[in-house]
Amino acid sequence: MNIMTEQTLENAVGDKMNAKSNEVIKMRGDKVGVFYGEKQALFDVNLDVRQNQVTALIGPSGCGKSTFLRCLNRMNDTIDSARVTGKITLDEDDIYDKNIDVVELRARVGMVFQKPNPFPKSIYENVAYGPRIHGLAKRKSDMDQIVESSLKKAAIWNEVKDRLQEPGTGLSGGQQQRLCIARAIAVSPEVILMDEPCSALDPIATARVEELIDELRQNYTIVIVTHSMQQAARVSQRTAMFHLGYLVEEGATDKMFTNPDDKRTQDYITGRFG
Amino acid sequence: MSSLLVLAIVIAIGVVAFVIGRQRAAAQDTGKVKPHSRAHYHGWWAFLLAVLPAVLLLAVWDIGSSFYLDRHIHAALPERTVDSKVASEALDASLVKSLAKGLRRLDAGTPLPATFAELQPLLIAKGVALASDTQDYMIPIAVDANSVQDRLGLFGAVVTFALSVAGAFYALRQIAPRARARNNVERLMLWGLLAASTIAILTTVGIVLSMLFQTITFFESVSPMSFFFGTVWDPRFAAAGSGGSQGQFGLIPLLAGTLYIAAVALVVAVPVGLMSAVYMSEYASRSVRSVVKPALELLAGIPTIVYGIFAVVTLGPFLRDLSAALTGGSPFIQGQSIFTAGLVMGVMLIPVVSSLSDDIITAVPRAMRDGSLGLGATRSETIKRVILPAALPGIVGAILLTASRAIGETMIVVLAAGVAANLTANPFEAMTTITVKIVNQLTGDLEFNSPQTLVAFALGLTLFALTLVMNIVALYIVRKYREQYE
Repeated sequence: MNIMTEQTLENAVGDKMNAKSNEVIKMRGDKVGVFYGEKQALFDVNLDVRQNQVTALIGPSGCGKSTFLRCLNRMNDTIDSARVTGKITLDEDDIYDKNIDVVELRARVGMVFQKPNPFPKSIYENVAYGPRIHGLAKRKSDMDQIVESSLKKAAIWNEVKDRLQEPGTGLSGGQQQRLCIARAIAVSPEVILMDEPCSALDPIATARVEELIDELRQNYTIVIVTHSMQQAARVSQRTAMFHLGYLVEEGATDKMFTNPDDKRTQDYITGRFG
Repeated sequence: MSSLLVLAIVIAIGVVAFVIGRQRAAAQDTGKVKPHSRAHYHGWWAFLLAVLPAVLLLAVWDIGSSFYLDRHIHAALPERTVDSKVASEALDASLVKSLAKGLRRLDAGTPLPATFAELQPLLIAKGVALASDTQDYMIPIAVDANSVQDRLGLFGAVVTFALSVAGAFYALRQIAPRARARNNVERLMLWGLLAASTIAILTTVGIVLSMLFQTITFFESVSPMSFFFGTVWDPRFAAAGSGGSQGQFGLIPLLAGTLYIAAVALVVAVPVGLMSAVYMSEYASRSVRSVVKPALELLAGIPTIVYGIFAVVTLGPFLRDLSAALTGGSPFIQGQSIFTAGLVMGVMLIPVVSSLSDDIITAVPRAMRDGSLGLGATRSETIKRVILPAALPGIVGAILLTASRAIGETMIVVLAAGVAANLTANPFEAMTTITVKIVNQLTGDLEFNSPQTLVAFALGLTLFALTLVMNIVALYIVRKYREQYE
């Protein structure tokens, strides 16, 4: 545990120094495979997630991109029949190692889901939920501080500052999703995983969330699963293309969308299948 | 002709009408006009028209003719005098009716003896036992009644058949490609379903009204104030016709006992049931769940009298002896006590709480769990801070439903709680409940119109009102909770 905290510190220091460097590998998947019972859903995926970048995972439905995303903070553990093989590291530590506490991992690798899922509590309590569990605030004023800054970072503060005590479920879909992002930010994660965060939103709300993702990149590492090619092109720096459980191709977004190596990527991006 | 046979023939007419109707409709479909209804709808419409009005008529006819027969018998009975051998006219008439029924069992053509003494052995040979105070003058009346009944039955059957055939013909004549048989059948279906759901409501209203009238009679002799606020339950015995000693009908000791025992039961059932629900919905693997859940629900299938026997035969004496052993001689837990009854009732209610809460907890969307787990909450934190709060309204509703079952529970308390209407705070003493007293007041040889018996209706109505209010509140809460996730 001590080693991890030290490394976290080092990384925090490193973050500032390498803010513009694109080469820090935050998470690395090494021959990752996933089984649901007997059925294999993911085969030998080798994929790096770079720090302070947005990595987009694209591919047709059922290609394994959400499955891979859920491996990154071990959300697959909650599914009884799921089994993960291979190795995934966060800052060089194997996250499937016995010594890793899954609760601590999820605090470092936060997640935003496809459908906005605010708790049936007040807006304030939704954001304060994570910090409260992890004991991040000693005093009420500290908590207020965390809630306010998280809501500000999630670009929703101005809309909700006058009604923090109202239920989070009463917000519009786009606001709910930004509330969920604020909730994830509140525990100061290093990586934020987003599973089709805009699929349930209208175009205007989608634009707001995309803007937000671009801003969040300054402080966090983001992995996003999306069905929208345009969204991947707009928000991400790296793109990984999945097909039938295999990683087809991975590279800089610019290159993937203009000059992909693999024919399947070419076909998918131009809408020939998927 | 018996009603059952008539009914069977009417249905047979209906079946024939169905077959003919379907064939006619099918034969008319020549392909030129698109038929409005498919052939079998025409068949069903013919069946329904042949059967329904005829059956309704038959029912009305049967009821009417039994009324008519009653009046006929009463008119034929001799004037009542002081030295009538039978106690009342109603009894007189009912003796005639059973005699008439008995006579039907005799073989046709048997010459009828003039006196009952000679008739009785003949009837006994056919397995008909009649009251020995059947009088000789009843025999001709019974014979006459039987012939009237036969005539009425025959006439009714003929009219019924006529109506049935007429209905069938009417429906069959209507058959045409554009005739709307489907709509007719659907409309009748609707009425049938409506009738089915009305029956339950009407029965409830009927029950309430019948209790209400008896309760009003009760309150004519005992003031509502002394019933609802009286602290002494001492109904005394009522000798027939004695107006003197009234007894006291204080509800408070019974209500206190009811609520006390229900509270003890809930203290047992709610935590255990809730925790087992949490375990089953959140932690148990599928294989464990598939064994534990049916096993728990098996508990709910045990008749409550069995729980009562267990309480009074096993648990009560055990607790009494245990307390005697603890204090060295004098037991502080009585054989029948609030504690014993509450404990056993609590065990009975565990599956109710757990199965209701299990449904409610499982209904909390998976997204809530994922959201919480994704933030690094542990499973128990997720349950405590997200799932239970989200499910709370539903769980409160479930607890209220359980509480109303605890309040209405009868057999366990009859056996295990005791019959002494004490007002005590000591859970180890006997106390009694409203349901126990209803059972007590209605069993035994009490005169029906005395307040001692009528109080049972007042108690029943009070109980009904109590559980009704709890159920309404519970349903309101559960419904409100449902809206949250839609």
